[in-house]
Amino acid sequence: MTDINYTEINKNGLWNNNVALVQLLGLCPLLAVTGTVINGLGLGIATLLTLVISNTIVSSIRHLVRPEVRVPVFVMIIASIVTTIELTMNAYFHELFNILGIFIPLIVTNCSILARAEAFASKNKILPSAVDGFMMGLGFAAVLILLGAMREALGHGTLFADSHLMFGEIARSWTIVLVDDYSGLLLAILPPGAFIGLGLIIALKNVIDKRIKKPQPAIAINVSTEAAV
Amino acid sequence: MLFKTASSPHNNQAYTVDQIMQRVLLALIPGTIAAIVFFGWGVFINIIIASITALTCEALMLNLRGRPIKPYLTDGSAMVTACLLALALPQLAPWWLTVIGTAFAIIFAKHLYGGLGFNPFNPAMAGYVVVIISFPREMTQWVPPLVEGYTHLNFIETFRLIFTGIAPDRFAWDAITMATPMDILKIQLGLELSINDIHQHQTYGPLFGSISGIGWEWINGLFLASGIWLAYKRIIDWRIPVGILGMLFFLSNSFALYDYASFTPPTFHLFSGGIMLGAFFIATDPVTASTTPKGRWLFGMGVGILIFIIRTWGGYPDGIAFAVLLMNLAAPLLDYYTMPRAYGHHWYEIPGYHKEDQDE
Repeated sequence: MTDINYTEINKNGLWNNNVALVQLLGLCPLLAVTGTVINGLGLGIATLLTLVISNTIVSSIRHLVRPEVRVPVFVMIIASIVTTIELTMNAYFHELFNILGIFIPLIVTNCSILARAEAFASKNKILPSAVDGFMMGLGFAAVLILLGAMREALGHGTLFADSHLMFGEIARSWTIVLVDDYSGLLLAILPPGAFIGLGLIIALKNVIDKRIKKPQPAIAINVSTEAAV
Repeated sequence: MLFKTASSPHNNQAYTVDQIMQRVLLALIPGTIAAIVFFGWGVFINIIIASITALTCEALMLNLRGRPIKPYLTDGSAMVTACLLALALPQLAPWWLTVIGTAFAIIFAKHLYGGLGFNPFNPAMAGYVVVIISFPREMTQWVPPLVEGYTHLNFIETFRLIFTGIAPDRFAWDAITMATPMDILKIQLGLELSINDIHQHQTYGPLFGSISGIGWEWINGLFLASGIWLAYKRIIDWRIPVGILGMLFFLSNSFALYDYASFTPPTFHLFSGGIMLGAFFIATDPVTASTTPKGRWLFGMGVGILIFIIRTWGGYPDGIAFAVLLMNLAAPLLDYYTMPRAYGHHWYEIPGYHKEDQDE
């Protein structure tokens, strides 16, 4: 554990071990709030902040907590962080907070946060843990935004609608109308659309992985040179 | 000397997929002709659009999956899916709605699950559910039957309406489309009108024939007849349609006996909407229905109960698609618990067996 490979952490968080696409954790908020890009972005940032802070704190107290009581301690820490973020969002992004509703407090129960605390932060130093939390959160947020974009484009025919909820009044004009006078594919906004959309993104990831994997010798050489550097 | 007798089993009734699909398509013809006669060219145009989309998507998906295209494309299964979906859609559904529904049926419900024989859900009904959930407004564009007192579109006008959405100038939009008799009955019964009041109603009254809606009774009657022919030919299993129709009749009859004025009568239930098409052609899909004799009874009865519940208290006018899909979901479980005992085997060798359930 002394030799921390940051490239590996980044790769794992964003792609190889992506929270939403590979671990399939935190699907409840993922499927529930990704009706639009902004909703996805809001929840993505909240989850990302929680992951970074919880990983940092858990890592810094990893020698103090006895293994028998670690899970309750981790949950307490995560709950405190989420409460703080919830109150902050309520104060500064009140409308977005109202839209996301119960899914902000429910970040506590997002398995990916406890999983990272348990699997990574409690065994590693503070900086790698923070980076791991950031990258995992970024990977999760990216999927939230992508799914939100797919569903919003199909369901409403727009992108970045209601940006002002997050970026203030200047953002009102950011909305991109893809199709004028679009009647909307209701299925995309309803829960089945989220499931089908996520399934398609996972399939896409698998296709890309397969394409990358094919020229195997070339990859093997790359890895060895990287390790040597 | 040559003995021509083949070795056992001697039962050579088994049909190939091609033969089954050809006979199903053949059996669909009378009811389809009745639909065109009573409701105009929209039905015909929908079938053409759906068939072209289905065959294109089928070829595309077979190509993507690296399967031989010609044998699968010509087996007729995509055509059956297309025809069943097109017959379930409103006559004036816009062309893109038919295309989306059919494409979803073939690409998502059929090929993403592994193609013919592997799909857990009936493709045609999955496509139908997608469009009725996504486009509730467009899914109400039914036309009144060709009887005196209602407007009718000719072929050119229907074609233009489906492809461009432009209604001919001589009619108001409200005059072209009209709710189906079943929809009217449901809404008006909800408004506390009795069955007799509805039959005597100035606008809606002429839509009702002696059994159910004018036109619908013919379509359902012909689908019933050709369905019986299919069952006689052993293409479909008779238990499923008997289960569905029997259960629907039993439930609707019980409720109508309890309160004649505020529940749809059983004869109306059995001869309106897509019930006969659903019972004989859709629910009997050998891939997605239950496969054991007892399981088929339960499957059919389950579909019948769900149709009655959705038609009577549900939010959608006709519940066949939802009923069939929900029972598709239950089919593996039904098969598991109703597997028949093979000769020479004991009950306890059957996976779903529990001693307390069946002491033999």
